[in-house]
Amino acid sequence: MPAVVSLSNVHKSFGALQVLKGVSFDVAAGEVVAVIGASGSGKSTALRCINALETIDSGEIVVCGHKVHDPELDRRALRRDVGIVFQSYNLFPHLTVAQNIMLAPTCVKDMGKAEARRLAEEVLAKVGLAEKADNYPEQLSGGQQQRVAIARSLAMQPKLMLFDEVTSALDPQLTGEVLRVMEDLARGGMSMILVTHEMAFARKVASKVIFMHQGKVWETGPGAMLANPQTKELAEFLSNDL
Amino acid sequence: MSLTPVHIEFIATGALWTVGLSAIAFVGGSILGFALALARISPVPFVRRCAGTYIQIVQGTPLLVTLFLFYFGLAVVGFDSLPAIVAAGLGLVIYSSAFLAEIWRGCLESVPKTQWEAAECLALTRWQRMVRVILPQAMRIATAPTVGFLVQIVKNTSLASVVGFVELAQAGKLVNNTIFEPFTVFIVVAAFYFVICYPLSAWSRSLERKLNAGRR
Repeated sequence: MPAVVSLSNVHKSFGALQVLKGVSFDVAAGEVVAVIGASGSGKSTALRCINALETIDSGEIVVCGHKVHDPELDRRALRRDVGIVFQSYNLFPHLTVAQNIMLAPTCVKDMGKAEARRLAEEVLAKVGLAEKADNYPEQLSGGQQQRVAIARSLAMQPKLMLFDEVTSALDPQLTGEVLRVMEDLARGGMSMILVTHEMAFARKVASKVIFMHQGKVWETGPGAMLANPQTKELAEFLSNDL
Repeated sequence: MSLTPVHIEFIATGALWTVGLSAIAFVGGSILGFALALARISPVPFVRRCAGTYIQIVQGTPLLVTLFLFYFGLAVVGFDSLPAIVAAGLGLVIYSSAFLAEIWRGCLESVPKTQWEAAECLALTRWQRMVRVILPQAMRIATAPTVGFLVQIVKNTSLASVVGFVELAQAGKLVNNTIFEPFTVFIVVAAFYFVICYPLSAWSRSLERKLNAGRR
């Protein structure tokens, strides 16, 4: 399988704080990669670097053929191929659910309004919210808003989806409904990188788990590695998580 | 001699000039102020600095002095003496542009950074992000302070009398000079100011409700 994402010896600092210290990993097409680790281990920063929301200091990142480390990077072309869902949903509060979803296809892909509306209804049905198209975000629960955020990204038909702790702000019941949508996406063959604290979900859905510790990839393996950690840091992290 | 319908009519004419001058100040100030607000959040440092310097100079100068500068100053540097309406209009446009720019810059910057990021991640251009995502949210935040400042503009037009412009306050002063009934005259003047300003506040509330559709 060709790699859709390739990080090679990536370094990133914020001032004197070195957050990524030579991070390298690949994600193959159709692969679901769960990035786990304690707060401050650099996992969210790595995800933001993949989408060029942060500029790296050194190393190479190639995403769907886009050289993200290149200063001449066409960011808009990259973002057409990569969808990202944030912890805080970041829906546009002045737009209805359908308008949130239609915005990028009409603005970026010059899609007609009727076609974009059909697409919005299609992706909303996929996340189980077809009846909420004309509601405003604030009229929805946190879980529903997060599913709309996923639908909004899906409307751009990305080749890769990034999920940045998307269930951290949700209670267990709402977490379940979001994870089900992500599981459906994974089963559909979508390439995904998810930064998550949901260990059970990572074990069940991820084809690869990456444990980050102190800005480095500390341990990598299939979901089963969570039951049998090879390093004491991962074992400690997992025991704290329980 | 007491207040007659002729006096009231004279004061009403002054009120019309107040409305006209306020409209000039607000429309001109809005156009210039919006450009300045965008310049203040520009990614280009030089543009940000130029806009910041202009705003600091104008905000640091009393409106009265600005009006004098336009009325008398431009004549000194070779322009023929400007008509009072032009000098007052220019002075008020410059004054309101600086304040509106800062009000709107604050409103634009108070839209969470995550909204910019979300729009950026959907591959929208900077202009699309501004027009489709940031401005509609900033407008909701800006409504109350903008209308509040518009009311200030209406009241500050009274300073235009120093360059010989007969607006509402000056009209009241002239009427009082003839009938010497300051309390009565200025109650009438105050009532005219209220009639101009109250609808603005009511409009602000209805606009806020309309722009707040997503938060009902």
